[in-house]
Amino acid sequence: MGIQIDLDKCVGCGECLSSCPFGLLEIIAEKVYLREGCTLCGACQEACDYQAILIEAAAEAPAASDSYRGVWVFAEQRNGKLKSVAYELLSRGRQLADTLGTELCVICFGHGINEAQQLIAYGADKVYLMDAPALSSNQDDLYTKGLVELIEKYKPEIVIAGATSLGRSFIPRVAAILKTGLTADCTGLEIDPETGLLLQTRPTFGGNIMATIICQTKRPQMSTVRPRVFKKGTPDGRRKGQVIRVDFNKQRITSRTKLLSFIDDITEAVKLEDANIIVSGGRGVGKAENFQLLEELAGVMGAALGSSRPPVDDGWVSYSHQVGQTGKTVCPKLYIACGISGAVQHLAGMQTSEAIVAINDDPNAPIFDVATYGIVGDLFKVVPMIIKKLKND
Amino acid sequence: MVCLKQVPGTPKVNIDPQTNTLVRQGIKNIVNPFDTYALEEGVRIKERYGGKVTAISMGPPQAEEALREVISTGADEAILLSDSAFAGADTLATSHTLARAINKLKQYDIIICGRQTTDGDTGQVGPELAEMLGIPFVAYVSKIEEIDNGYMRVKRMVEDGHEVIETPLPTVITVVKEINVPRLPSLRGLARARSAVIPIWTAQELGADKNMVGLSGSATRVIRVFFPQRVHHGEILQGDLEGQANSLIDKLREAKIISGS
Amino acid sequence: MEYFLNEQQKTLKSLARRIAEERILPVRAELDEREEFPWGIMKDLAEADIFRIFIPEEYEGLGGGCFELCLAVEELSRVCSGVAVSYAASALGSFPLLEYGTEEQKQKYLPDIASGKRLAAFALTEPTAGSDASAIKTTAERVKGGYVINGTKQFITNGGEAEIYTVIALTDKARGARGASAFLVEKDTPGFSFGKKEKKMGIRASSTRELVFRNCLVPEENLIGKEGMGFIVTLKLLDRSRPGIGAQAVGLAQGALEAAVDYARKRIQFGHPIISLPVVQNMLADMAINVEASRALTYAVARTIDSGAKNFTEEAAMAKVFASDIAMKVTTDAVQIFGGVGYMRDYPIEKMMRDAKITQIYEGSNEVLRSTIAFELRKRKARRE
Repeated sequence: MGIQIDLDKCVGCGECLSSCPFGLLEIIAEKVYLREGCTLCGACQEACDYQAILIEAAAEAPAASDSYRGVWVFAEQRNGKLKSVAYELLSRGRQLADTLGTELCVICFGHGINEAQQLIAYGADKVYLMDAPALSSNQDDLYTKGLVELIEKYKPEIVIAGATSLGRSFIPRVAAILKTGLTADCTGLEIDPETGLLLQTRPTFGGNIMATIICQTKRPQMSTVRPRVFKKGTPDGRRKGQVIRVDFNKQRITSRTKLLSFIDDITEAVKLEDANIIVSGGRGVGKAENFQLLEELAGVMGAALGSSRPPVDDGWVSYSHQVGQTGKTVCPKLYIACGISGAVQHLAGMQTSEAIVAINDDPNAPIFDVATYGIVGDLFKVVPMIIKKLKND
Repeated sequence: MVCLKQVPGTPKVNIDPQTNTLVRQGIKNIVNPFDTYALEEGVRIKERYGGKVTAISMGPPQAEEALREVISTGADEAILLSDSAFAGADTLATSHTLARAINKLKQYDIIICGRQTTDGDTGQVGPELAEMLGIPFVAYVSKIEEIDNGYMRVKRMVEDGHEVIETPLPTVITVVKEINVPRLPSLRGLARARSAVIPIWTAQELGADKNMVGLSGSATRVIRVFFPQRVHHGEILQGDLEGQANSLIDKLREAKIISGS
Repeated sequence: MEYFLNEQQKTLKSLARRIAEERILPVRAELDEREEFPWGIMKDLAEADIFRIFIPEEYEGLGGGCFELCLAVEELSRVCSGVAVSYAASALGSFPLLEYGTEEQKQKYLPDIASGKRLAAFALTEPTAGSDASAIKTTAERVKGGYVINGTKQFITNGGEAEIYTVIALTDKARGARGASAFLVEKDTPGFSFGKKEKKMGIRASSTRELVFRNCLVPEENLIGKEGMGFIVTLKLLDRSRPGIGAQAVGLAQGALEAAVDYARKRIQFGHPIISLPVVQNMLADMAINVEASRALTYAVARTIDSGAKNFTEEAAMAKVFASDIAMKVTTDAVQIFGGVGYMRDYPIEKMMRDAKITQIYEGSNEVLRSTIAFELRKRKARRE
């Protein structure tokens, strides 16, 4: 099993060289050779017109256990209130479950949660609720063990969770214990019409390349999804469903780590993730003091303040404002990017915004490729003009 | 123990607009930037509390360069896990391989990983590794406050603030870049790196089951790779700047994106 | 040109360049603007073992020679001369100990200098004694258990920042130059204080201060060498450090040359980049020739010294004079190539021109050094007759 290049068929045209996302192919003496690191993605096989590249399929794997049924969504909470990402995933989960003709269950751990009915209204067929004081703070160990137990008992075929700091830290542990596959930070989830497998699409190389991944034989197929990738649906109060209370047995489920305290660092008035309008600054802002201009615009518009990575790295704004690959993903109605070049890592965090306005003095800045409206100009001139217009009208 | 990965140098990979394919000439391999923070933290722990820093990487033979680099910035020793059987591994198989190597080393107190790599971006190896070793895990550590008496107290980042967590040792942590500023190599470090002997452990030496590593040991696999399409349907405004600013607001109001008069 | 560096030298050069580009480059304009001492960079250099290169292995150093020091100084100076000289001055301040110190003195002070924990400085110049070094007035009066130092030193690089000072003072006024001795004085010794920080034309990141000695008592074990050896120590030290100034000038000129070439390629006038104009090409060619020549001379002198040459006063002076004159010309020409923007402080080139001037003045003004070289020429000719 593996990849083979038939040197007799290879004519050395080099078409495959640029298709390899990892740059592992090279031409030596007019034939193609492959360096180490191949992930068998098949891009080169597709690119070759001479059938010189052969990727053998894996040996017939035993068919996945048919006894795994159902789509599960893990709903994250903070202080008894469910996070928006839970509802976003629920809506998408509902669509996946409908395609598969199977049920949708929501798993909820926490304390003082009273949104179970609402979850049903948004599409859940069942809600497994484990409510106990010990679960009020997000303790990885408790959540991990709790979810593993439920999965082993009820055997869902698909489990999805938010790619939040909680999700990205405990879901991989669940996957490792169950020895199953997990795909992180998915931006797309589809069901393959032929195989019924979950097709998980995610960005790699900072968003430069998209990869579609499957978990062929292991179950459940697990994915984490970034907040704001899917849209929250509309609730239907007439929907019926079951709320199943799960017993939290302290003896069985314990935590090795202890949460000593929580420090609330967030100081901004309008929370970035929930804002309808975001005014965001990048390297073009120049220095920390200049962010005051953007704050003024944000104030006039009732917007939240965002930032690309460079101003955070340089200490001009705090990390809680960072939008992008290693920051927050946002999807406001309006995203105003000032002095932001539009590097792929930043776009990954905001390109699904409904409307994007870009203000940059470099006409070639990539941000203009995604902007709905672009102004090529000095932000220090343009932003005050916008503020003036908004105040005068 | 610090787990690191060698990744391609520029995450900003250029796309040839005509062929819509990657332009990858002359991109150097580097240590995954987040892993340099992990290594630096390991060295700082050693400086504060004593101990030994071992760097481990699973990768092709050229990953040895990355290991030498971290010896020059403070790792005491390094081990490369390399075997054609390891190729094509997803995070499950990678974690399994790393876990076998770590278990072979027997003595370990703190295992540090970077929060994610710039090529895979999954951030899954840290937590999966912890489960395979059967030890606790804390993600996104932004500060190690104290290590005492078999316990470690850390501060970690979450979306809306920080949590202070206490974990028993041994433990796995992943770190964020806010945790420190990695040091430059020193001349003595570079000399040590040049002459260091880096053992290469194969699947056989790890006693690894071929079905648990590499592509065979992967639960997931990539079936398709494509380049994201960017459809440009925006408008670059024209005219003098003040006119553009006014026109922008008018258009946003008209499209009901913002409220207005 | 390929100078065939060995493995360690290549490593040193590339590490010094990395520090210069990653740590110094982002802050050099601000350090210059604010006249701020680069403590952060001194710390980076210390962590990278760069201070160890001029200290022998027995004292926790890496045992490099004059050439290694030149390599490091050149790379740092290519990005910022002010930072480079702060580093080089610490080497200068340690030379008296290296050459003439007792075992105890070396064990006591050199490890801290090697680790970069403490910086050193050398103090000779006084208001009345610049080129005429023998006109110093600072005295060191022998008392029970030590010496009492009185006087003022002027324009001391690293003054106020360094903690270890090697100071030249008169122990026997009657004997003139032969009555001077070298002392080691630590910062915070009672009676030792600093004057104001000078406001300079260039190398503004470097701290230049007066040292004020008022009945400053130093213990007798702080005498370096023997009484009366002060000027021998000084002359030996300056011979050894002059190639370092040469290297500082070479690096500075190299940085200016690279910036000028880069600008000339990008600046379009009359429809073409100005580098296509013969007048600019000639300027750049002459700049390149001279930078390479000053590098070759400096390296040759450094290697000669490291190979064990006994007398190298003339050669060391030549390297310093030539390289510093070249640096002044090259940086001036570079500003000229930049044209109008070259005059603007937003661009890094005017700083390089301001930084260059001092290399022609300190560590022996070029006039004094020319006279030294002429003297050597006469001496040699006289011997042959």
